[in-house]
Amino acid sequence: MSTTISNPALRWVDERFGAAKGVKTALNKVFPDHWSFMLGEIALYSFIILLLSGVYLTLFFVPSMTEVVYNGSFVPLKGVKMSEAYASSLDISFDVRGGLLMRQVHHWAALFFVGAMSVHMLRIFFTGAFRKPREVNWVIGTVLLLLGIVEGFLGYSLPDDLLSGTGLRISEGLILATPVIGTWASSLLFGGGFPGTDFIPRIFTIHILLIPGIILALVTVHMLLVVFHKHTQFPGPGRTNRNVVGYPLMPVYMAKAGGFFFIVFGITVLLGGLVTINPVWMFGPYVPNAVSAGSQPDWYMGFLDGAVRIMPALEYTIFNHTLSLSLIVPAMILPGIMVTLMALYPWIEAWASGDKREHHLLDRPRNAPTRTALGVMALTFYGILWISAGNDLIAITFGLSFNAITWTLRFALFIVPALAFWVTKRICLSLQRRDRDLLLHGRESGNIMRLPHGEFIEIHTPVDEAVRAKLLAKEDITPVLMPPTEDANGVALPRAGRQRLQAKVSAWFYGDNVPKPTEAELAEAEAHFAHLTDGQHHDHKEISSH
Amino acid sequence: MSDLVHHESSTTRPTPAPIPHALRRADIDPKAARRAERQVAIMFALSALFTVLFVIAFVAIDPSVEIGLPVIGTTSALNVSMGLTFGLAIFLIGTGAIHWAKKLMPDVEVVEERHEFASSAEDVAAASETFKVGAAESGVMSRPLIRRTLLGAMALFPIPLIVTLRDLGPDPATSKFHTMWRSGMRLHTDVSNQPIRAADIPVGNLINAIPDGLEEVEHEEGNLNERAKSVVVVVRIDPADIRSQQGGTAEEPWDYNGILAFSKVCTHVGCPISLYEQRTHHLLCPCHQSTFDLADGGKVVFGPAARPMPQLAITVDSEGYLVAQGDFTVPIGPSFWELS
Amino acid sequence: MRFLASQRRHPLAGFAVMLAALVVTGLSFAAIDSGTEQVAADTVSETVVAQGKTLFAEGCSSCHGLNAEGTTDGPSLIGVGAAAVDFQVSSGRMPMAAQGVQAPRKQSIYTEEEIAALAAWVASTGPGPAIPEPSDYDTTNADLSAGGEKFRVNCAQCHSFSGGGGALTNGKYAPNLDAATAKQIYEAMITGPQNMPVFSDTTLTKQDKQDIIRYIEELRKGSNPGGLDLGQYGPVTEGLFLWTAGFAALIAAAIWIGVKAK
Repeated sequence: MSTTISNPALRWVDERFGAAKGVKTALNKVFPDHWSFMLGEIALYSFIILLLSGVYLTLFFVPSMTEVVYNGSFVPLKGVKMSEAYASSLDISFDVRGGLLMRQVHHWAALFFVGAMSVHMLRIFFTGAFRKPREVNWVIGTVLLLLGIVEGFLGYSLPDDLLSGTGLRISEGLILATPVIGTWASSLLFGGGFPGTDFIPRIFTIHILLIPGIILALVTVHMLLVVFHKHTQFPGPGRTNRNVVGYPLMPVYMAKAGGFFFIVFGITVLLGGLVTINPVWMFGPYVPNAVSAGSQPDWYMGFLDGAVRIMPALEYTIFNHTLSLSLIVPAMILPGIMVTLMALYPWIEAWASGDKREHHLLDRPRNAPTRTALGVMALTFYGILWISAGNDLIAITFGLSFNAITWTLRFALFIVPALAFWVTKRICLSLQRRDRDLLLHGRESGNIMRLPHGEFIEIHTPVDEAVRAKLLAKEDITPVLMPPTEDANGVALPRAGRQRLQAKVSAWFYGDNVPKPTEAELAEAEAHFAHLTDGQHHDHKEISSH
Repeated sequence: MSDLVHHESSTTRPTPAPIPHALRRADIDPKAARRAERQVAIMFALSALFTVLFVIAFVAIDPSVEIGLPVIGTTSALNVSMGLTFGLAIFLIGTGAIHWAKKLMPDVEVVEERHEFASSAEDVAAASETFKVGAAESGVMSRPLIRRTLLGAMALFPIPLIVTLRDLGPDPATSKFHTMWRSGMRLHTDVSNQPIRAADIPVGNLINAIPDGLEEVEHEEGNLNERAKSVVVVVRIDPADIRSQQGGTAEEPWDYNGILAFSKVCTHVGCPISLYEQRTHHLLCPCHQSTFDLADGGKVVFGPAARPMPQLAITVDSEGYLVAQGDFTVPIGPSFWELS
Repeated sequence: MRFLASQRRHPLAGFAVMLAALVVTGLSFAAIDSGTEQVAADTVSETVVAQGKTLFAEGCSSCHGLNAEGTTDGPSLIGVGAAAVDFQVSSGRMPMAAQGVQAPRKQSIYTEEEIAALAAWVASTGPGPAIPEPSDYDTTNADLSAGGEKFRVNCAQCHSFSGGGGALTNGKYAPNLDAATAKQIYEAMITGPQNMPVFSDTTLTKQDKQDIIRYIEELRKGSNPGGLDLGQYGPVTEGLFLWTAGFAALIAAAIWIGVKAK
């Protein structure tokens, strides 16, 4: 192999970095095609859009709480005292051509960023893509989601308008509620009392440097791991746990993924031009003596705000110190539990299944009924908290009393998720039964046949290869066996308690699975079809040729 | 046709997956292929056109011009033109690239094998051996003195990084326990900053008030901290409807003929609240719906707040203007660790 | 229809239906914020107290009593003043169509003359705020940005930053200000209708009120530099729009990318 690179620039690169080998591998990298695999890309692309529009905004934004008198072109605020941060936000909106567009693009992209991370995570969860060997990437994803939420909230706070200032005031209240260190933490963060003049410049640095830097680093690791592990795939013909079927990076995937970046970017810019987001000029500058009805945070903080809204009053004095459980429970303990359970879920499920294999073929959600039901339960719980954050807007929109809504939601938070779990699990198991029937008895063809003795029957035809491959990819997990508590000699076994717990959890997870047909059953079904089609082949063909 | 796609590079390309593959119109019909080619090119050309239009819009449209559009209503002509042209310019590059990929690039799925991630037994043994030899050579296990002092040094060295954060803010000390309200200090109307005559307040009235001299204090301190603590709401309730107050005696009541002053800062998380219902005497917080009954000592009647709204004792001065009797007797605003 | 019927088992049929639903939901936000036109009631020139008394007996006395002394169904109106009557009747809140937590705004059933007569009669039962003169709520000399500050401190807490209204306790609400006339806004501030507190001229001066009215008029111009305003409910409708129209568009694109070309 004495081929030399004719292009001098490329040769220069290759002689220094030996790039050709890596490029060859990279260009042949295979990516499976499915719309739900694009959700993570939306998050990535939104992040790039955020970096681009964010850099633009920093050129004009002044992160300062120094008081100035506004004299820009937005007439209703002329002569009003405000912080430089708010005044520069108005300037960006009204006096910098393209500034308003960039502000709106930045904000829409931020909402898309956190939203896409969330739905991407749901896709990973419901298809079991977090299983071995991808557990660490799941945790990185969890951290990215949290960082995205914090980053979004800080960005929402920067313009120092009345709405974001109200949000900061609420954050200050939450910080104060932290046991032991709350008062000191608040004083340090705000540089003394609230609102002070230090906070906006401080969170500006965190918002444009610290957190984006960490996100960028983690996104890099996240994606390198995707390349290293190779993408998961849905079951189908030719797809096994040992291969990956799809399109090579060069050219198809590159065109599709690259094109999708432009689509996401284009839609975000169109929204920025057509749909108002965060009209800071409407809210007025932040002053600690004013508030607006209907003060809500951006959607991703909604669940937290909702939890705080429906929490009943609860405050104790212990050893001469105040413990504000009204805030500690909904804003610290609850999200702490939610995030911990989310991050640890891959290990919880692996423990319950006792499964130590690698998984590269995705589950269809119905084939993991307990996981799916747990996911829907968590989603419902989250959804109710989310709705709670809009209790006042729901009240006024539908002419209801928020007191009644709040009480309803307090109960619903416990009842509806449990119900959702049960219903989802039933639906999954029913779908499993349907899949089993499809394999054994085929699909209803819609063709009615009259038998010689007068009976009418509907002809069932076997499912096609693609569907069959999909259905046969179902994995039946046998629950971990209940171990004996003592050995043959009647001596108590160590660790029996833990193993028995594992067996119980495992039975709860996998006990009511509807098993996939056995080889024998499938062979029998095939023979049955063969017999039927002999007689019906002709009819079937005639109808399907229309 | 699919042969043509792969013949020249079959040695370096991944193998096609052994699954049935239907040919596309563009694979069979050269006309369809040319049509697809044209469609892609039109999208790219339109994109370029929109970029030009963007620049024209940027230069030509005055930022103050407004236009009325269906559905959207009156909006900034510049913003909507820039958003549409720039957005479409980007969007069309995306749709063009994808249309190209879908119609004209090979759509035969290929297969790549996976490999175990775990290292081979030999590699594990070699790595472990290398590490053990290296560790022995360093003497980290045989020289505990070095090991322990190093661990100690490593554990301590981040401390300065934390210590230097100390000067982010002052010792909160007692700052949360008092506001600028003093005995005899007049209540002024918020925004207009005028003193308030008791006789001017009808029953059912609401006044958002600040302490006299607040603006001077703010000017001196250069921040809005005092405003965040000392704002109050003043309401007048028919004395017959007042069921309780937080303090005062019959001789020296905290109200003045049914005129009551309460902190405006919610005891839950500190939103300034003045959603006052004059018939129910309820004060409602728009942030988390805590509701306080001002006719009953500011007690919480609904929502997550746990403490009543602190009452400011008021009276009138010799000229009939409302004045404070002193500072609040309890801390205002959200609860904190040192509160009780 | 045959096309639809034949496609309903198509693997994408479910997505198509869902997308259609999402898009419809997204677009329907455009319809949320619809203002209504309201004819301003001019001030009364001459009143006939007796005519007012007759009208009162016919239309109001069943709840408020023959002599406006009040009953278990309605409060006493003695001393509420002509401004309160003018506000309540001209905005259609009184007479109420049905007992409820709050009287909603609706088309007034009385003519301007009849309202003036009613107001004159109620005013004759005891002293109270008079109907403001046009000069009181004239905003030619008002300061717009000062009005904004006063609005945010005194009004936005209930009526929201946009004047769109907000929820109060137990089903009560602060109404949307879009339909209220300058006169009605002025009257509401001096009389404190229903649960709204009073903002008397002595504590919130005429100038303050004119500034505030000027700001509300500015809000009602309905200019949205950023585009579609989503009802001006703040982040809640922005979030709903994101999760309906926004993600529908992106996911539709993702599905298009994943579907094999024919």
